[in-house]
This record gives sequence, structure tokens and C-alpha cells, in this order.
Amino acid sequence: MTRLKSGGALIDRDTSVTFTFDGKPFRGMKGDTLASALLANGVRLVNRSYKYHRPRGVVTSGPEEPNALVNLGSGDRHEPNIRMTQIELFDGLEATSQNRYPSLKSDVGVLNAAASRLYPAGFYYKTFIHPRVAWKHLFEPVIRRIAGLGRAPTEADPDTYEHQYAFCDTLIAGGGPAGLLAARRAGEAGERVMLVEQTERWGGRLLTDDDAEIDGKPARDWIAGQVAALEAMENVTLRLRTCCSAAFDHGYALLYERRADHMTPTGPRHRLWRVRAGQIVGATGMIERPIPFYGNDFPGVMLASAVRDYVRLWGVAPGQRTVLYTTNDDGYRTALALHEAGCHVAAILDARADPVGILVEQAREAGLTVMSATGIGKVSGNRDGVREIQTVPLDRGDDVELGKRIECDCVAMAGGWSPVVHLYSHSGGKVVWDADRAMYRPDPENPPRDRHGEPYVRLVGGAGGALTTGDVLASVGGATPSVVAAAEQPARPVWFTPSQGKAALGGKHFLDYQNDVTVADIRLAAREGFESVEHAKRYTTLGMATDQGKLSNINGHAILAETLGKAMADVGTTTFRPPYTPISMGVIAGQEKGLLFKPVRQTALHDWHAEQGAEFEPVGDWRRPYRYQRDSEGREASITREIKRVREKVGLLDASTLGKIIVRGPDAGKFLDLMYTNMMSTLKPGKCRYGLMCNDNGFLMDDGVVARLDEQTFLCHTTSGGSDRVHAWMEEWLQTEWFDMRVLTANVTEQWSQFAVAGPNARALLERLEGDVDFAALPFMGFAEGTVAGMPVRVFRISFSGELSYELAVPTSYALSLWEALLDVGGDLGVGPYGTEALHVLRAEKGFIVIGDETDGTVTPHDVGMSWAVSKKKDDFIGKRAMERSDLTRQGRKQLVGLLTEDPGYVLPDGAHALSKDGERAIGHVTSTYHSPTIGRSIAMALIEGGMDRMGETVQIGIDRKTSVKAVIASPVFYDKDGARQNV
Amino acid sequence: MLLIQCPVCGVEAEETEFAPGGEAHILRPEPGCSDAEWSAYLFERKNPRAVHYERWRHAFGCGKWFHMARHTHTLEIFGVYAADAPEPPQEIRDRIAERTAP
Ligand SMILES: [Zn+2]
Repeated sequence: MTRLKSGGALIDRDTSVTFTFDGKPFRGMKGDTLASALLANGVRLVNRSYKYHRPRGVVTSGPEEPNALVNLGSGDRHEPNIRMTQIELFDGLEATSQNRYPSLKSDVGVLNAAASRLYPAGFYYKTFIHPRVAWKHLFEPVIRRIAGLGRAPTEADPDTYEHQYAFCDTLIAGGGPAGLLAARRAGEAGERVMLVEQTERWGGRLLTDDDAEIDGKPARDWIAGQVAALEAMENVTLRLRTCCSAAFDHGYALLYERRADHMTPTGPRHRLWRVRAGQIVGATGMIERPIPFYGNDFPGVMLASAVRDYVRLWGVAPGQRTVLYTTNDDGYRTALALHEAGCHVAAILDARADPVGILVEQAREAGLTVMSATGIGKVSGNRDGVREIQTVPLDRGDDVELGKRIECDCVAMAGGWSPVVHLYSHSGGKVVWDADRAMYRPDPENPPRDRHGEPYVRLVGGAGGALTTGDVLASVGGATPSVVAAAEQPARPVWFTPSQGKAALGGKHFLDYQNDVTVADIRLAAREGFESVEHAKRYTTLGMATDQGKLSNINGHAILAETLGKAMADVGTTTFRPPYTPISMGVIAGQEKGLLFKPVRQTALHDWHAEQGAEFEPVGDWRRPYRYQRDSEGREASITREIKRVREKVGLLDASTLGKIIVRGPDAGKFLDLMYTNMMSTLKPGKCRYGLMCNDNGFLMDDGVVARLDEQTFLCHTTSGGSDRVHAWMEEWLQTEWFDMRVLTANVTEQWSQFAVAGPNARALLERLEGDVDFAALPFMGFAEGTVAGMPVRVFRISFSGELSYELAVPTSYALSLWEALLDVGGDLGVGPYGTEALHVLRAEKGFIVIGDETDGTVTPHDVGMSWAVSKKKDDFIGKRAMERSDLTRQGRKQLVGLLTEDPGYVLPDGAHALSKDGERAIGHVTSTYHSPTIGRSIAMALIEGGMDRMGETVQIGIDRKTSVKAVIASPVFYDKDGARQNV
Repeated sequence: MLLIQCPVCGVEAEETEFAPGGEAHILRPEPGCSDAEWSAYLFERKNPRAVHYERWRHAFGCGKWFHMARHTHTLEIFGVYAADAPEPPQEIRDRIAERTAP
């Protein structure tokens, strides 16, 4: 056990918590993280690295953790790739290690490490190119098994997640000293303030580094005072366990609240806050940098700040004998914390030639060994961790030789601090390299700007580049609290520590732990010409793991700069993109899953259809009955039965989904003449006309029957999926192009239900209902209004089946009454419902097109044989000019034809290609294909190059690589070519 | 996500309440125009890293189209104006000149 006898500001030593790791039970304390509890239990090996499967331990104490990723939970609550440094321990927590097989301690992937010469930078690109088939069957399965992170869950997530909207004047991200003070200032100014902190505690690094005195009080007391003051303010909202994941345009921010990860969930587990803030203050602090040296990835090599966090916050000694390797004064705090806690500090290696300063002196006074201008040349160890280090003198030019061996079980790295500038960068702010402080800090000249052009993101404290408590508080603005703290001397950044002669690297110096990217990889990338930081990143995968390079990017960019002989500022940095840390898939979905994922539109008869055995199909956002199941008949049998009913008796179709748009006004006719390819203004009241709608490219986009209800009013039918689109299309032209026209539109699709009554018995059926509509007198393409069975109806004599057919529209509240009335009176006439598949076969038998089947956005009315519907008289309509363009008038365009297969029993696959004579080229494709019960054979429609001039020609239709079948090109009208059946 | 004010109904709302309609002030040529003119109307669009005059529709609000002057890089919005305006109003052009002066 490595739990210290005393100390640990966050733990409750009286409350024990039980948990399992890889099935083995452990005990921790209330307040522990999974990382601190495992360290307290002496567990140092927690993961295997991604590429080389090297043993890895915890490196950090926070969200920047690259190594310690685990699977959390089991069964339907299994979640991979969670950072154990952020998991608050609770009773019953189950965690398992990942990226190892069969177990952490004996992992076959270690072979990778032996073969690591085969995995240089860019190995995916280089090694696995040839032969191509080997990728699918050999390389990919092997790489997927050995590489990779945790396994994706296989069961549905039982937890709930929610989205919440909020608005504030000032959003402050980060509850350390700068964030607390900024919230206090904004709160006192009367602003609506939200202050969020990603951990479960306020105070940031001041909780660990409490050697400063603020306003005459110990740091901890000052924090408590700030929190109490903020809690008392009604205009301030405080949220713990809430990370500001992203700052977007115009003050829009996403907050990720892990509401119930530290307990058995009750209520939503995670919450996504969608906040609109006037100002965003990033008090997001800094992240300490590791130092690249040979073997810097053994378990037990940790950030110096993390080492002292474990000592001070959780009362855990990460090592019994620690070597500190530092580039700055702050690192000494770790040595002092360890020493104070009774842990041995084997040596302090300081990169600087002449370390002085208060903290350095305190260490010397405590009797600790300080070696100047010295670094770690090599770490030795095994899977359980560090065993010893060897020093290396710095500044020796070419004559580098390893020095003294020092036995130790922990190495603390203090490589300097990098501001967390992410929120600044997310929304377009620029960062600049500050050579004096060796850090990227926000560029005040290039901040993110809001819609008024004013800056709206400000980084304060460490995030803004402040290195000491005094500077942190002063950066907030306003009256600065008085701070008494140790003065610190300048740091000396170390981007790379040699282990032997200048040129040779000797062993692995890791930069990116999670993606196993080394210093050598970056140098290789630079030599191979990947000089841009963005290219080097992608080639080596530096910073592309789930931690997004929080520890590795700056060191990597510095190595690249050094290799290229450029200044850091000239190499530049990659862009920080949201989210700051990974957020759960559940919280992205929120409540919008299942039935709420996308609302489904249902007609008024939906329940009736369901009761009658309807199998539904999606049509746009609608669900329509595809066919109605009777008894135990098969799919084909029900479709055939429904088709025969329409051809021989009378069928009812729920056509309510057809779009219905009222277009009204003195200029309505003129307007519709522009919207449709054919003439609508000449339509007489009481008449219907089938119309085609194109876009200004000349391509078909919708079709439907237009009825003129009166002199100034038209009713335009659209396709089922097209009503909203067509309505918006009309409005766009009316508002932005022809705004002088006196026309109003209204989309009344859902106000009216509409049924087709189709078949030889249609008229007889309708005449049995009482009312004042004279069905016999209503001519083909006629429209009438009246009363049927006591209900107000609009009757259109139109046909999409080729049979005698009427469409009846009623206000939607009457839908079921009219539908049932029709069924009640027509039993002996053979009346019954038919679905969309029967509808499609019926229309295909007649050669009628369906927008989206026979058209695909590149098809003109001429292509589908509908030149008759394109007016030659009109000066203009949408699509007219485009149809004169050379490509649209050229010979050999694909044209709509019918296809009759040589084998009448064979139904062509939808989309199959028609082949040129030599079989080398596709000359067209099948657009609709069915078995037609009416004519007793298969039929198909196709778009084929120059098809209208090829009638009677036999073409090969490719079925797969080896098979093709023969079909004869024919008219697409397969049945009742003269239209006799609808003219009765 | 942009914050946009609809000039027709006055509502200030999130970008997701609006639908973008591309570059503004593109004239639809007469049917007798040349192929090149028609092609320009159909396909040629500016894509500046600068002030952009564009069309938007308050799709999930009042349904009305309007124009907006927006900087495509800084995302600054200089103003919104009526869908039937043939060109940006002087007031908005003045503001752009003032805001983008070197
Ligand atoms: Zn509006």
C-alpha cells in the first residue's frame, strides 16, 4: 500500500469504497479517483499503449491523461476509453483495462514492440499499400485486433441524457482562483453569470499549491470565502463536474455536465448545456508538459504536478523514491511536497545551469540533492514500472555520455506549463508563441469576435499565460487581491534530452503516449518533407488520439522546429478543435432518440391501416401502407390481390400525403405559368391539369395535378415528399424574385385528407352515397365541390392507375367517416384498400413516372417523353432557358423507355445497368421494375441513351460481373395505350 | 452558431432557426440571354474571405426571406435588410466601410 498515513485534502478516510479493476476487488476511499485509488493499492500498470503495446501507467491527475484509459461499467452500461484520472470512485464501480490480450500483464501485442522497426512514422501509408487484397483480409483484421482502444458497447444505453438551454451575460470556464475572482467581479457588477468547473471541486491548483497567502489568508480559506460569496449571489449559477467543451460563434458555448458518473445514475446521466453568453471568460488554467527522454513512458514516470496532487489531495505516494527532473522553480514544489509527506526524494535534476530562487533554496535547506545542468538520459524498468534512471549532463554539445545511476521507482517531470488556450482557438482566436515564457498564449490582437465585431472570449489566469498566483489574480482585472508567494526564476525549456551522442537518439523518447509517437518519428517526418505542422501531425498521428495532444503537441512542434532549423513561431501550431475532452455519444443525442429522433408524419387513417394489417413504408417523413396483409398470404399475393381489385372492381387509396398548396390572388395564374413548365393560366375553373415543375437547371423536381378552384384560386398537388419543399420554393420566388406579384400561398396538406377511388366500379360505388355531386357528369380532369354522405368534399376526376378514378378530399376531421362510408356501401362491388406498392405497379403498367424513380435531378421533361407538357408559348418559366443549353438539347441523352425481358418471368433488379453492344459501357439504367399481374409478365422502365430511337432493339442488362440478361426496348406504356379505361 | 435577427418579424434567434440561401443580388437574366450569362447565373458564386451579401430565410419562424451582410471570416454581421432590396442600403455600406477600414 502506498497510502500515506496522513494528508489528502479530498479523501474521507472514514468512508471506504469498494470497486473492481479487471475483476479483482479493491478498496479506496470516498473522494478518490479511480487513478488515486489504484495508485494507493500499488497498481501502476493500467494500460498497454496503442501501437507498441508498451506497459503504461498513470501520468497525470486530470483530463489531459493520455494513458490511463479504461472500460467503465459492464453490460449495457459498458463505456470505453474513460480517463481514470477523471473517474470519481463510488461503491460498486467496475473498470477493466483495454488494448490488451489476453491480460494486462501478459499481452501478446508486445510482439509489436519487438517489431517496432516495422512501424515507423507513416507506417499505415508505407507498409500496407500492396498488395491491395491483403489489406482487407490480412492487414486490417490484424491491426484492428492488436491496435485500437476499448471495445464499443453492443447493447442499448439504458441511461437518459438531456439538453438544456441557458443564457447569461458572462460564462466563466474554470473554477480556479482566476475563475472564482472573475465570477465575483461579474457577479458584483450585476451580470447574469455562469461559472463552471470540470472537476468536483473549486480552487484549481491552489488546493494543492497552498503555499501562497491571498488577502492575508491561507489560499484555501480565500477559496472558501469566494465560493461562499458567489453562492449567496442570485445572479450567479455555479456548476461543478461541468466542462466548457466548446466555444462557438457569437458566444455560443457547449457545456458537458457529468451529472451522475460518480454514483448509480438517478435522472439524466449527462447533460449538454447549450449556452448563449455575452462574454466567455476562459479561466482554464495550464497543463504541465512532460519532458522527452529515453524511456519516459515506464509506469511511474509522471508529471511533477500530478505527483504532488496525489500526495496532497489524495494522500497517495506515487513512489517511495522519486527523481524530479525540472526545467523551472515550480517543479521544486513536488520535491518539497514529497519530502514533507515523508517520501524520499532521490535527486532533483535541474536543466538550468544555476538554479537559485526561494523554492530551490527551500529544497536545499531540506537536505535534497540538486544537480544543475543535468537531465535524465535513460530510464530503466519493467512492466511494473521504473527501476532506475541514469543522468545525462546537458550543454555538453557532441560529447554526451550517460552519468550517474540513481535507483528510484518514480520520476516526476516538470517540463514547464502550457496555457489551455482551447476556448480561444475554438472560435477563431489566434495564439502566439511567447519565447520568454516558452508557451503559446492568446494573441490579444486576434481574439474571437462576436456579431458586432467585438471580442467575446478572454483568457485569464494561467490560460492567459500567468505563471504565478499573483499574476493569475492580477490578470482578471479590477482590484487585485494582495498575494504573498515565493518569487520564481525563469525556466529553461527542454524539448529533448539526449541519451547518447548528439546525432543518435538511442531508444524511444515518447512525445505522444497515446499514439506512440516518438521524437524520432517527428524527425523522420521532417526529413521526408512533412515540414508543415499540419502535415507532420497527420503523417505521424501526433496529437490525434483521444487526448488531442494535450501533453504532446508543444514538445512535438518544438522538435519539428529544431529539426527544420526554424523558430518555433515560424513552425506554428495546429488548431485546437472542440470538444476540449471527449463527450459521450449519449449526451450528443440527448432525448432525440427512438421516436423523437425524427418525427414521423401519419395520416388520419394511420390506426385504421395498422388494424387492417398494413405494412408501412417511409415516403418522405410519412409512413404509408405499402400493402395490407390478409390471412397468411405472402407479400407478392397481397400486392397482386390489390392490383386486381383496382383493375377489376374498385380500390381505395389513402392519398392524403400528397402535398396540397393553395395559390391565390389576382396574379396566381401568371405566377403558376412561371412555376410549371406547362400553361396554368388558361385552366378553366372546375378543371384539372397535370403539371411539371423544373428548377432553373431545367431538371424535373416535382409533379402533380393542379385544379383551378375559382378565378383567383388554384390548388396545386405535389408529391408526398415534396409539399414542404415545393411550398418553400414558391415562397422563395414570390419573396425574392417576383415580389411584385399579388399572390398568397398556403400549405394545406394536413388540413385535407384525400382518397383515390379507382376501378371500373368506382362510379357505382360513389353514386351509392347520398349527396349533390353528379359523378356521371363530371368529365375526366374535372373538379367539383359538394356534399357526399353529409360531408363537404372536393372531387377530382383524375387517375394515376389508368382506371376510372376519382379523388375525394375532405377536411381531415372527416377522413375516417368518409373512408368507412365508402367501405360500408360497396361490399358487393368488391371495394377494399390498396397500398403504395399496388399503386406503383398500376402506374408503371401505364408508364406514368414517379419523381425520384424516373428522375434523379438530371432528367428533363423531354427525357421522360413529356415534351407535350412543356409550353412553347410562354416567354418564360423556371427551367425554360436551361432547356436550351447545349447539353440539354444534344442527341443521345438518356430517355425514358420500357423494357421487356426476354424471359417474361424474370424481374430486373432496380438500378441495373443497360450495357453498350461491346459490354464495356453503361448506356442507361433501370428506374422501375415489377412483375405486372395485369399483363402477366415482368415490366420495367429505364433511362437509356437515345432510347426513343431504339424501339424494338434488344439490349443486355448487366446483373452482376458475369451475368447479363436480354431485354427489348419498348414503349413505357404497357397497358391500355389509348387510355380507354379511364374515359368511361 | 450565428445569432441572427430577422428583419421581418424582429426575432433574434439561433442560426438553426434560419436557412441560408447563398449569395445575394444575383439577377436572373431574361430568357433571351446568352449561354454564358445563364451559366453565370446558375453556377458562378463569389466565395470571399471578406464581407458577403447573402440571402437567408427565417425558415422555422416567420418564413420570410431577407438579406444579410456578413464577414465570412470574422463572422461579424453588419446588418440585415429586405429581400426585395436591389442592393445593400447606404446605412449598412457605411457601417461596413467604418468597420473594415484598415
Ligand atoms: Zn422572422
